[in-house]
Amino acid sequence: MPLNDDTIFEIAHHYRFQWEPAQQLHVLLYPEGMVQLPGSSGEILKRVNGAARVGEIVADLERAFPGADLRGDVIEFLENAHGKGWIRTKQG
Amino acid sequence: MEKAGFEQSKVNLPLWLLAEVSYRCPLHCVYCYNPIDYASYGEEMSTEDWLRVLRQGRELGATQLGFSGGEPLMRSDLEILVAEARRLGYYSNLITSGVGLDERRIAAFKEGGLDHIQVSFQDSTREMNDFLSSTRTFDLKQKVARLVKKYDYPMVLNVVLHKLNIDHVQQILEMAEQLEAEYVELANTQYYGWAWLNRDKLLPSRDQLQRAEEITNNFRQHAANRMKIYFVVPDYYETRPKPCMSGWGAVFLCITADGVALPCHSARMLPGLNFPSVRDHDLRWIWHDSPAFNTYRGDAWMKEPCRSCPEKVKDYGGCRCQAYLMTGDAANADPVCDKSPLHGLVTDAVERAAKRERDSAKPQVKRAADALLFRDDANSLRLADANKQPSA
Ligand code: SF4
Ligand code: SF4
Repeated sequence: MPLNDDTIFEIAHHYRFQWEPAQQLHVLLYPEGMVQLPGSSGEILKRVNGAARVGEIVADLERAFPGADLRGDVIEFLENAHGKGWIRTKQG
Repeated sequence: MEKAGFEQSKVNLPLWLLAEVSYRCPLHCVYCYNPIDYASYGEEMSTEDWLRVLRQGRELGATQLGFSGGEPLMRSDLEILVAEARRLGYYSNLITSGVGLDERRIAAFKEGGLDHIQVSFQDSTREMNDFLSSTRTFDLKQKVARLVKKYDYPMVLNVVLHKLNIDHVQQILEMAEQLEAEYVELANTQYYGWAWLNRDKLLPSRDQLQRAEEITNNFRQHAANRMKIYFVVPDYYETRPKPCMSGWGAVFLCITADGVALPCHSARMLPGLNFPSVRDHDLRWIWHDSPAFNTYRGDAWMKEPCRSCPEKVKDYGGCRCQAYLMTGDAANADPVCDKSPLHGLVTDAVERAAKRERDSAKPQVKRAADALLFRDDANSLRLADANKQPSA
Protein backbone atom coordinates (compact mmCIF):
# COMPACT_ATOMS: atom_id res chain seq x y z
CA MET A 1 0.00 0.00 0.00
CA PRO A 2 1.47 3.36 -0.93
CA LEU A 3 1.75 5.39 2.23
CA ASN A 4 2.87 9.01 2.04
CA ASP A 5 2.69 12.18 4.07
CA ASP A 6 -0.79 12.94 2.76
CA THR A 7 -2.33 9.60 3.62
CA ILE A 8 -5.20 9.82 6.08
CA PHE A 9 -5.98 6.83 8.27
CA GLU A 10 -8.88 6.04 10.52
CA ILE A 11 -9.48 3.26 13.03
CA ALA A 12 -10.96 0.29 11.18
CA HIS A 13 -14.66 -0.50 11.30
CA HIS A 14 -15.64 -2.62 14.32
CA TYR A 15 -12.44 -1.72 16.17
CA ARG A 16 -12.37 0.56 19.14
CA PHE A 17 -9.36 2.43 20.47
CA GLN A 18 -9.43 3.62 24.07
CA TRP A 19 -7.44 4.36 27.20
CA GLU A 20 -7.62 1.71 29.91
CA PRO A 21 -7.18 3.16 33.40
CA ALA A 22 -6.81 -0.28 35.01
CA GLN A 23 -3.91 -1.17 32.73
CA GLN A 24 -2.51 2.34 32.33
CA LEU A 25 -2.23 2.00 28.58
CA HIS A 26 -4.15 2.33 25.33
CA VAL A 27 -5.86 -0.68 23.85
CA LEU A 28 -7.52 -1.59 20.61
CA LEU A 29 -10.62 -3.70 21.07
CA TYR A 30 -12.16 -5.89 18.42
CA PRO A 31 -14.50 -8.87 18.39
CA GLU A 32 -13.27 -11.25 21.07
CA GLY A 33 -9.86 -9.71 21.41
CA MET A 34 -7.67 -6.87 22.51
CA VAL A 35 -4.30 -5.48 21.54
CA GLN A 36 -2.38 -3.61 24.19
CA LEU A 37 -0.61 -0.53 22.91
CA PRO A 38 1.80 0.75 25.53
CA GLY A 39 3.84 3.91 25.15
CA SER A 40 4.58 5.19 21.69
CA SER A 41 2.27 2.81 19.86
CA GLY A 42 -0.67 4.20 21.82
CA GLU A 43 0.54 7.76 21.21
CA ILE A 44 0.59 7.15 17.47
CA LEU A 45 -2.83 5.50 17.25
CA LYS A 46 -4.31 8.21 19.41
CA ARG A 47 -3.60 10.61 16.57
CA VAL A 48 -5.21 8.40 13.92
CA ASN A 49 -8.60 10.06 13.71
CA GLY A 50 -9.72 10.12 10.11
CA ALA A 51 -8.57 13.72 9.70
CA ALA A 52 -4.85 14.02 10.41
CA ARG A 53 -2.43 13.30 7.56
CA VAL A 54 0.56 11.07 8.22
CA GLY A 55 2.87 14.09 7.89
CA GLU A 56 0.87 15.92 10.52
CA ILE A 57 0.96 12.97 12.88
CA VAL A 58 4.75 12.80 12.60
CA ALA A 59 5.10 16.54 13.17
CA ASP A 60 2.73 16.46 16.13
CA LEU A 61 4.61 13.59 17.76
CA GLU A 62 7.94 15.31 17.22
CA ARG A 63 6.53 18.36 18.97
CA ALA A 64 5.26 16.24 21.86
CA PHE A 65 8.52 14.28 22.18
CA PRO A 66 11.20 16.77 21.14
CA GLY A 67 14.63 15.64 20.17
CA ALA A 68 13.58 12.28 18.76
CA ASP A 69 13.61 11.40 15.09
CA LEU A 70 10.33 9.56 14.91
CA ARG A 71 9.41 9.50 11.24
CA GLY A 72 10.78 6.04 10.52
CA ASP A 73 9.15 4.49 13.58
CA VAL A 74 5.79 6.10 12.93
CA ILE A 75 5.67 5.00 9.28
CA GLU A 76 6.70 1.50 10.21
CA PHE A 77 4.06 1.27 12.92
CA LEU A 78 1.31 2.59 10.65
CA GLU A 79 2.22 0.18 7.88
CA ASN A 80 2.16 -2.67 10.33
CA ALA A 81 -1.16 -1.54 11.83
CA HIS A 82 -2.64 -1.25 8.35
CA GLY A 83 -1.38 -4.71 7.47
CA LYS A 84 -3.08 -6.10 10.55
CA GLY A 85 -6.34 -4.41 9.68
CA TRP A 86 -6.40 -2.11 12.72
CA ILE A 87 -6.58 1.03 10.60
CA ARG A 88 -7.73 1.81 7.10
CA THR A 89 -7.16 4.64 4.69
CA LYS A 90 -9.85 7.23 4.63
CA GLN A 91 -11.39 7.66 1.21
CA GLY A 92 -12.07 11.03 -0.40
CA MET B 1 -11.68 -9.43 12.66
CA GLU B 2 -8.56 -11.12 13.85
CA LYS B 3 -8.64 -14.45 15.50
CA ALA B 4 -9.63 -13.99 19.08
CA GLY B 5 -6.95 -13.40 21.65
CA PHE B 6 -5.35 -11.02 24.00
CA GLU B 7 -2.06 -9.96 22.52
CA GLN B 8 0.83 -9.23 24.84
CA SER B 9 -1.28 -9.73 27.89
CA LYS B 10 0.68 -10.40 31.05
CA VAL B 11 -1.42 -8.63 33.61
CA ASN B 12 -3.55 -10.64 35.95
CA LEU B 13 -6.84 -8.86 35.35
CA PRO B 14 -10.22 -10.30 34.40
CA LEU B 15 -10.01 -8.82 30.92
CA TRP B 16 -12.82 -11.04 29.73
CA LEU B 17 -16.12 -10.95 31.54
CA LEU B 18 -18.77 -13.45 30.52
CA ALA B 19 -22.29 -12.73 31.70
CA GLU B 20 -24.41 -15.88 31.47
CA VAL B 21 -27.48 -13.82 32.12
CA SER B 22 -30.06 -16.58 31.88
CA TYR B 23 -30.12 -20.35 31.74
CA ARG B 24 -33.52 -20.25 30.12
CA CYS B 25 -33.27 -21.38 26.54
CA PRO B 26 -35.82 -22.26 23.89
CA LEU B 27 -33.46 -24.89 22.49
CA HIS B 28 -32.33 -28.23 23.87
CA CYS B 29 -28.92 -28.89 22.41
CA VAL B 30 -27.35 -32.21 23.27
CA TYR B 31 -23.87 -30.60 23.20
CA CYS B 32 -24.75 -27.69 25.49
CA TYR B 33 -21.87 -26.92 27.86
CA ASN B 34 -24.21 -25.51 30.50
CA PRO B 35 -24.15 -27.25 33.87
CA ILE B 36 -26.39 -30.29 33.86
CA ASP B 37 -28.14 -29.23 37.09
CA TYR B 38 -28.82 -25.64 35.94
CA ALA B 39 -32.58 -25.98 36.53
CA SER B 40 -32.00 -26.43 40.26
CA TYR B 41 -30.16 -23.12 40.72
CA GLY B 42 -31.57 -20.14 42.55
CA GLU B 43 -33.34 -17.20 41.02
CA GLU B 44 -31.85 -15.14 38.23
CA MET B 45 -30.23 -11.91 39.27
CA SER B 46 -32.06 -8.63 39.03
CA THR B 47 -31.20 -5.83 36.61
CA GLU B 48 -29.64 -3.93 39.52
CA ASP B 49 -27.41 -6.90 40.37
CA TRP B 50 -26.15 -7.06 36.80
CA LEU B 51 -25.55 -3.33 36.57
CA ARG B 52 -23.43 -3.58 39.73
CA VAL B 53 -21.47 -6.51 38.27
CA LEU B 54 -20.80 -4.57 35.07
CA ARG B 55 -19.58 -1.55 37.00
CA GLN B 56 -17.32 -3.58 39.28
CA GLY B 57 -15.98 -5.61 36.39
CA ARG B 58 -15.03 -2.51 34.48
CA GLU B 59 -13.31 -1.05 37.53
CA LEU B 60 -11.29 -4.25 37.79
CA GLY B 61 -10.16 -3.80 34.19
CA ALA B 62 -12.52 -5.99 32.16
CA THR B 63 -12.68 -4.88 28.52
CA GLN B 64 -14.45 -7.66 26.65
CA LEU B 65 -17.95 -8.47 27.75
CA GLY B 66 -19.95 -11.43 26.50
CA PHE B 67 -23.68 -11.75 27.00
CA SER B 68 -24.52 -15.40 26.84
CA GLY B 69 -26.53 -18.07 28.60
CA GLY B 70 -28.71 -20.07 28.00
CA GLU B 71 -30.26 -17.69 25.58
CA PRO B 72 -29.46 -14.13 26.65
CA LEU B 73 -32.42 -12.79 24.69
CA MET B 74 -34.66 -14.41 27.29
CA ARG B 75 -33.83 -11.42 29.50
CA SER B 76 -36.13 -8.53 28.69
CA ASP B 77 -33.66 -6.11 30.32
CA LEU B 78 -30.81 -6.98 27.98
CA GLU B 79 -31.20 -3.60 26.26
CA ILE B 80 -30.52 -1.86 29.56
CA LEU B 81 -27.42 -3.96 30.23
CA VAL B 82 -26.11 -3.38 26.70
CA ALA B 83 -26.44 0.38 27.01
CA GLU B 84 -24.73 0.43 30.39
CA ALA B 85 -21.93 -1.76 29.03
CA ARG B 86 -21.24 0.75 26.27
CA ARG B 87 -21.36 3.66 28.66
CA LEU B 88 -18.79 1.94 30.87
CA GLY B 89 -16.46 1.31 27.93
CA TYR B 90 -16.83 -2.42 27.36
CA TYR B 91 -16.53 -4.01 23.98
CA SER B 92 -19.67 -6.08 24.09
CA ASN B 93 -20.58 -9.29 22.32
CA LEU B 94 -23.97 -10.92 22.13
CA ILE B 95 -23.76 -14.69 21.81
CA THR B 96 -27.15 -15.89 20.70
CA SER B 97 -29.01 -18.65 18.91
CA GLY B 98 -30.97 -15.90 17.18
CA VAL B 99 -34.27 -17.19 18.54
CA GLY B 100 -36.09 -14.11 19.79
CA LEU B 101 -34.06 -11.59 17.82
CA ASP B 102 -36.38 -9.19 16.06
CA GLU B 103 -35.99 -5.77 14.55
CA ARG B 104 -37.16 -3.91 17.62
CA ARG B 105 -34.55 -5.57 19.80
CA ILE B 106 -31.61 -5.35 17.43
CA ALA B 107 -32.36 -1.69 16.77
CA ALA B 108 -32.24 -1.08 20.52
CA PHE B 109 -28.96 -2.99 20.83
CA LYS B 110 -27.43 -0.94 18.06
CA GLU B 111 -28.67 2.26 19.62
CA GLY B 112 -27.34 1.17 23.01
CA GLY B 113 -23.91 0.49 21.52
CA LEU B 114 -23.65 -3.29 21.28
CA ASP B 115 -20.43 -3.96 19.36
CA HIS B 116 -20.77 -7.46 18.06
CA ILE B 117 -23.15 -10.35 17.54
CA GLN B 118 -22.26 -13.99 17.18
CA VAL B 119 -25.03 -16.20 15.96
CA SER B 120 -24.82 -19.86 16.83
CA PHE B 121 -27.03 -21.92 14.66
CA GLN B 122 -28.12 -24.93 16.60
CA ASP B 123 -28.93 -28.12 14.86
CA SER B 124 -29.43 -30.78 17.43
CA THR B 125 -32.78 -29.76 18.69
CA ARG B 126 -35.36 -32.46 18.91
CA GLU B 127 -35.85 -31.97 15.19
CA MET B 128 -32.25 -32.83 14.48
CA ASN B 129 -33.06 -34.25 11.08
CA ASP B 130 -34.56 -30.96 10.05
CA PHE B 131 -31.41 -29.00 10.51
CA LEU B 132 -30.33 -28.84 6.91
CA SER B 133 -33.63 -29.37 5.20
CA SER B 134 -36.29 -27.58 7.18
CA THR B 135 -37.44 -24.39 5.51
CA ARG B 136 -38.80 -23.15 8.80
CA THR B 137 -35.42 -23.10 10.48
CA PHE B 138 -33.77 -21.79 7.35
CA ASP B 139 -36.24 -18.92 7.27
CA LEU B 140 -35.36 -18.05 10.84
CA LYS B 141 -31.66 -18.14 10.02
CA GLN B 142 -32.18 -15.97 7.00
CA LYS B 143 -34.22 -13.46 8.93
CA VAL B 144 -31.57 -13.24 11.64
CA ALA B 145 -28.77 -12.93 9.09
CA ARG B 146 -30.62 -10.14 7.32
CA LEU B 147 -31.17 -8.21 10.54
CA VAL B 148 -27.56 -8.60 11.58
CA LYS B 149 -26.39 -7.16 8.28
CA LYS B 150 -28.97 -4.43 8.14
CA TYR B 151 -27.72 -3.15 11.47
CA ASP B 152 -24.15 -3.15 10.26
CA TYR B 153 -22.77 -6.03 12.28
CA PRO B 154 -20.42 -8.51 10.70
CA MET B 155 -22.27 -11.78 10.17
CA VAL B 156 -20.45 -14.22 12.44
CA LEU B 157 -21.80 -17.72 12.37
CA ASN B 158 -20.89 -20.40 14.84
CA VAL B 159 -21.77 -24.02 14.22
CA VAL B 160 -20.96 -26.69 16.77
CA LEU B 161 -19.79 -29.87 15.09
CA HIS B 162 -20.23 -33.41 16.33
CA LYS B 163 -20.55 -36.93 15.07
CA LEU B 164 -24.11 -36.49 13.85
CA ASN B 165 -23.62 -33.39 11.74
CA ILE B 166 -19.94 -33.33 10.85
CA ASP B 167 -20.53 -35.32 7.67
CA HIS B 168 -22.69 -32.44 6.45
CA VAL B 169 -19.96 -29.82 6.61
CA GLN B 170 -20.28 -29.11 2.92
CA GLN B 171 -23.99 -28.32 3.29
CA ILE B 172 -23.36 -26.32 6.42
CA LEU B 173 -20.82 -24.18 4.60
CA GLU B 174 -23.12 -23.76 1.64
CA MET B 175 -25.83 -22.59 3.98
CA ALA B 176 -23.40 -20.13 5.57
CA GLU B 177 -22.56 -18.84 2.11
CA GLN B 178 -26.22 -18.40 1.23
CA LEU B 179 -26.63 -16.42 4.42
CA GLU B 180 -23.65 -14.30 3.35
CA ALA B 181 -21.77 -15.00 6.57
CA GLU B 182 -18.46 -13.20 6.76
CA TYR B 183 -16.98 -15.42 9.44
CA VAL B 184 -17.80 -19.03 10.12
CA GLU B 185 -16.54 -20.89 13.11
CA LEU B 186 -16.88 -24.63 12.85
CA ALA B 187 -16.20 -25.50 16.43
CA ASN B 188 -16.06 -29.11 17.44
CA THR B 189 -17.97 -29.88 20.58
CA GLN B 190 -16.11 -29.49 23.84
CA TYR B 191 -17.05 -32.16 26.29
CA TYR B 192 -18.47 -30.47 29.35
CA GLY B 193 -21.95 -30.34 30.81
CA TRP B 194 -24.51 -31.97 28.56
CA ALA B 195 -21.92 -32.71 25.91
CA TRP B 196 -20.00 -34.75 28.47
CA LEU B 197 -23.08 -36.85 29.21
CA ASN B 198 -23.56 -37.44 25.49
CA ARG B 199 -19.90 -37.72 24.65
CA ASP B 200 -19.72 -41.19 23.22
CA LYS B 201 -22.54 -40.37 20.84
CA LEU B 202 -21.06 -37.03 19.82
CA LEU B 203 -17.33 -37.56 19.42
CA PRO B 204 -16.57 -37.88 15.71
CA SER B 205 -14.12 -40.47 14.47
CA ARG B 206 -10.72 -39.46 13.14
CA ASP B 207 -11.87 -40.29 9.62
CA GLN B 208 -14.91 -38.08 9.92
CA LEU B 209 -12.72 -35.30 11.22
CA GLN B 210 -10.23 -35.60 8.40
CA ARG B 211 -12.94 -35.59 5.76
CA ALA B 212 -14.53 -32.53 7.33
CA GLU B 213 -11.23 -30.70 7.43
CA GLU B 214 -10.55 -31.51 3.82
CA ILE B 215 -13.95 -30.24 2.74
CA THR B 216 -13.42 -27.13 4.80
CA ASN B 217 -10.04 -26.47 3.22
CA ASN B 218 -11.49 -26.79 -0.27
CA PHE B 219 -14.35 -24.53 0.61
CA ARG B 220 -11.92 -22.01 2.04
CA GLN B 221 -10.30 -21.59 -1.36
CA HIS B 222 -13.64 -21.35 -3.08
CA ALA B 223 -14.90 -18.68 -0.67
CA ALA B 224 -11.56 -17.05 -0.05
CA ASN B 225 -12.52 -13.39 -0.19
CA ARG B 226 -16.08 -13.58 0.96
CA MET B 227 -16.00 -15.83 3.98
CA LYS B 228 -13.38 -16.57 6.58
CA ILE B 229 -13.62 -20.06 8.02
CA TYR B 230 -12.18 -21.29 11.29
CA PHE B 231 -12.11 -24.96 12.09
CA VAL B 232 -11.61 -25.95 15.70
CA VAL B 233 -10.48 -29.56 16.18
CA PRO B 234 -11.69 -31.45 19.26
CA ASP B 235 -8.82 -31.63 21.68
CA TYR B 236 -9.28 -35.37 22.10
CA TYR B 237 -7.34 -35.67 18.85
CA GLU B 238 -4.40 -33.67 20.13
CA THR B 239 -1.44 -34.74 22.24
CA ARG B 240 -1.17 -31.48 24.15
CA PRO B 241 -4.00 -29.82 26.02
CA LYS B 242 -5.37 -26.40 25.24
CA PRO B 243 -4.18 -23.58 27.51
CA CYS B 244 -7.62 -23.51 29.04
CA MET B 245 -8.81 -19.94 29.74
CA SER B 246 -5.13 -18.90 29.54
CA GLY B 247 -4.85 -20.32 33.02
CA TRP B 248 -7.16 -20.40 36.04
CA GLY B 249 -8.07 -16.93 37.27
CA ALA B 250 -5.77 -15.33 34.69
CA VAL B 251 -8.01 -13.34 32.32
CA PHE B 252 -11.46 -14.89 32.36
CA LEU B 253 -14.33 -14.29 34.76
CA CYS B 254 -17.75 -15.84 34.30
CA ILE B 255 -20.85 -14.80 36.23
CA THR B 256 -23.77 -17.20 36.14
CA ALA B 257 -27.46 -16.32 35.90
CA ASP B 258 -27.84 -16.77 39.66
CA GLY B 259 -24.73 -14.76 40.48
CA VAL B 260 -21.99 -17.32 41.06
CA ALA B 261 -18.53 -16.21 39.95
CA LEU B 262 -16.45 -18.80 38.09
CA PRO B 263 -13.01 -18.86 36.46
CA CYS B 264 -14.49 -20.77 33.50
CA HIS B 265 -17.99 -21.72 32.36
CA SER B 266 -17.93 -25.28 33.57
CA ALA B 267 -15.96 -25.02 36.83
CA ARG B 268 -19.06 -25.02 38.99
CA MET B 269 -19.18 -28.82 39.09
CA LEU B 270 -15.66 -29.10 40.56
CA PRO B 271 -16.00 -30.40 44.12
CA GLY B 272 -14.96 -28.56 47.24
CA LEU B 273 -14.41 -25.10 45.78
CA ASN B 274 -17.29 -23.05 47.09
CA PHE B 275 -17.48 -20.45 44.37
CA PRO B 276 -18.46 -17.05 45.73
CA SER B 277 -21.60 -15.21 44.70
CA VAL B 278 -21.66 -11.62 43.49
CA ARG B 279 -24.73 -11.26 45.69
CA ASP B 280 -22.49 -11.56 48.76
CA HIS B 281 -19.11 -10.24 47.65
CA ASP B 282 -17.65 -7.61 45.38
CA LEU B 283 -15.78 -8.66 42.29
CA ARG B 284 -12.45 -7.33 43.49
CA TRP B 285 -12.42 -9.65 46.47
CA ILE B 286 -13.74 -12.52 44.40
CA TRP B 287 -11.10 -12.16 41.72
CA HIS B 288 -8.05 -11.38 43.81
CA ASP B 289 -8.71 -12.88 47.22
CA SER B 290 -11.35 -15.59 47.19
CA PRO B 291 -9.96 -19.05 47.91
CA ALA B 292 -11.75 -20.55 44.89
CA PHE B 293 -10.09 -18.19 42.40
CA ASN B 294 -6.68 -18.89 43.92
CA THR B 295 -6.94 -22.66 44.09
CA TYR B 296 -5.41 -23.38 40.68
CA ARG B 297 -3.68 -20.08 40.01
CA GLY B 298 -0.01 -20.25 39.16
CA ASP B 299 1.57 -23.70 39.36
CA ALA B 300 2.01 -24.52 43.05
CA TRP B 301 -1.01 -26.87 42.91
CA MET B 302 0.43 -28.98 40.10
CA LYS B 303 1.34 -32.62 40.38
CA GLU B 304 3.66 -34.60 38.18
CA PRO B 305 4.10 -34.74 35.24
CA CYS B 306 3.11 -31.06 35.00
CA ARG B 307 5.09 -29.81 37.99
CA SER B 308 8.47 -30.46 36.40
CA CYS B 309 7.35 -30.02 32.80
CA PRO B 310 8.86 -27.13 30.83
CA GLU B 311 5.63 -26.75 28.87
CA LYS B 312 3.58 -25.76 31.91
CA VAL B 313 4.11 -22.10 31.11
CA LYS B 314 2.42 -22.66 27.75
CA ASP B 315 -0.61 -24.80 28.60
CA TYR B 316 -0.92 -24.48 32.42
CA GLY B 317 -1.49 -28.22 32.58
CA GLY B 318 -4.61 -27.90 30.41
CA CYS B 319 -8.18 -27.85 31.60
CA ARG B 320 -9.05 -28.47 35.27
CA CYS B 321 -12.60 -29.48 34.40
CA GLN B 322 -11.46 -32.01 31.85
CA ALA B 323 -8.92 -33.38 34.32
CA TYR B 324 -11.64 -33.75 36.91
CA LEU B 325 -14.29 -35.22 34.63
CA MET B 326 -11.94 -37.83 33.20
CA THR B 327 -9.52 -38.62 36.00
CA GLY B 328 -11.50 -37.65 39.10
CA ASP B 329 -8.90 -35.13 40.26
CA ALA B 330 -8.85 -31.57 38.96
CA ALA B 331 -5.16 -31.21 39.91
CA ASN B 332 -4.07 -33.95 37.56
CA ALA B 333 -2.66 -33.15 34.14
CA ASP B 334 -5.37 -32.76 31.52
CA PRO B 335 -5.43 -36.32 30.13
CA VAL B 336 -5.39 -34.96 26.58
CA CYS B 337 -1.64 -34.62 27.20
CA ASP B 338 0.24 -37.71 26.11
CA LYS B 339 2.65 -37.25 28.99
CA SER B 340 -0.22 -37.93 31.37
CA PRO B 341 -0.20 -41.50 32.68
CA LEU B 342 -3.98 -41.36 32.17
CA HIS B 343 -3.85 -40.33 28.50
CA GLY B 344 -5.34 -43.75 27.74
CA LEU B 345 -8.73 -42.40 28.90
CA VAL B 346 -8.69 -40.10 25.89
CA THR B 347 -7.37 -42.61 23.38
CA ASP B 348 -10.00 -45.09 24.60
CA ALA B 349 -12.75 -42.60 23.86
CA VAL B 350 -11.26 -42.00 20.43
CA GLU B 351 -11.05 -45.73 19.81
CA ARG B 352 -14.69 -46.15 20.78
CA ALA B 353 -15.61 -43.38 18.33
CA ALA B 354 -13.81 -45.23 15.54
CA LYS B 355 -15.52 -48.46 16.46
CA ARG B 356 -18.93 -46.83 16.45
CA GLU B 357 -18.28 -45.68 12.93
CA ARG B 358 -17.17 -49.13 11.82
CA ASP B 359 -20.27 -50.61 13.41
CA SER B 360 -22.63 -48.44 11.48
CA ALA B 361 -21.85 -47.72 7.87
CA LYS B 362 -23.86 -44.54 8.09
CA PRO B 363 -24.30 -42.32 11.13
CA GLN B 364 -27.61 -43.62 12.38
CA VAL B 365 -29.09 -40.37 13.42
CA LYS B 366 -32.33 -41.87 14.50
CA ARG B 367 -30.95 -44.67 16.58
CA ALA B 368 -28.36 -42.47 18.21
CA ALA B 369 -30.96 -39.80 18.91
CA ASP B 370 -32.95 -42.27 20.97
CA ALA B 371 -30.14 -42.44 23.45
CA LEU B 372 -29.13 -38.80 23.50
CA LEU B 373 -29.87 -36.73 26.55
CA PHE B 374 -31.41 -33.38 25.64
CA ARG B 375 -30.74 -30.29 27.68
CA ASP B 376 -34.06 -29.36 29.19
CA ASP B 377 -35.48 -28.51 32.59
CA ALA B 378 -36.95 -31.93 33.28
CA ASN B 379 -33.71 -33.76 32.56
CA SER B 380 -31.76 -31.16 34.50
CA LEU B 381 -33.92 -31.49 37.60
CA ARG B 382 -33.72 -35.23 37.43
CA LEU B 383 -29.93 -35.10 37.18
CA ALA B 384 -29.69 -32.58 40.00
CA ASP B 385 -31.86 -34.86 42.09
CA ALA B 386 -29.68 -37.85 41.46
CA ASN B 387 -27.03 -35.50 42.86
CA LYS B 388 -24.14 -37.14 41.22
CA GLN B 389 -22.44 -36.79 37.89
CA PRO B 390 -23.33 -39.90 35.92
CA SER B 391 -20.30 -41.04 34.03
CA ALA B 392 -20.49 -40.91 30.27
S1 SF4 C 1 -26.04 -24.74 23.50
FE1 SF4 C 1 -28.20 -24.86 22.84
S2 SF4 C 1 -29.36 -25.44 24.65
FE2 SF4 C 1 -27.34 -24.72 25.35
S3 SF4 C 1 -27.66 -22.55 25.78
FE3 SF4 C 1 -26.91 -22.70 23.68
S4 SF4 C 1 -28.77 -22.75 22.41
FE4 SF4 C 1 -29.40 -23.21 24.52
S1 SF4 D 1 2.72 -32.59 31.36
FE1 SF4 D 1 1.32 -30.98 32.04
S2 SF4 D 1 2.41 -29.05 31.66
FE2 SF4 D 1 3.48 -30.67 30.51
S3 SF4 D 1 2.61 -30.57 28.44
FE3 SF4 D 1 1.43 -32.11 29.60
S4 SF4 D 1 -0.29 -30.98 30.49
FE4 SF4 D 1 1.21 -29.46 29.81
